[in-house]
Amino acid sequence: MVLLGTPNAESSRLYAMTVTAGDPSWAGALAGVALGLPVYHVMEEAVKTQVAPEVYEEQVALMEMVLEAADIAQAVQEVRAHTGQGD
Amino acid sequence: MKLQGKKVIALGERDGVQGGALAACAQSAGAEVVLETTYCFV
Repeated sequence: MVLLGTPNAESSRLYAMTVTAGDPSWAGALAGVALGLPVYHVMEEAVKTQVAPEVYEEQVALMEMVLEAADIAQAVQEVRAHTGQGD
Repeated sequence: MKLQGKKVIALGERDGVQGGALAACAQSAGAEVVLETTYCFV
């Protein structure tokens, strides 16, 4: 599976689409290549709840305070739904 | 979705969460990190 650390909803959607349905910008080697990999952002609850709390606090918590975590999570969830991956 | 036992590709970004941090999180959840990288678009 692919774990993302992207900083906003737009880049998260681009990365997620690239590793599932293929590069949406048709600019790179994965244009038209549907890898179909499960993709999650590290700040999504489904991931966060499985990470050791002390590790999350040290590695991610600071960035979570300044990034739009809800928008990012929604963008990646939409890509999963669009490509037939359940949560 | 369970991270335990999964092979993980960690795609970090300098302005977001970096690859090393993603790898540490994945490993703490019992996953195996097979690729870790941090992109920078500045």
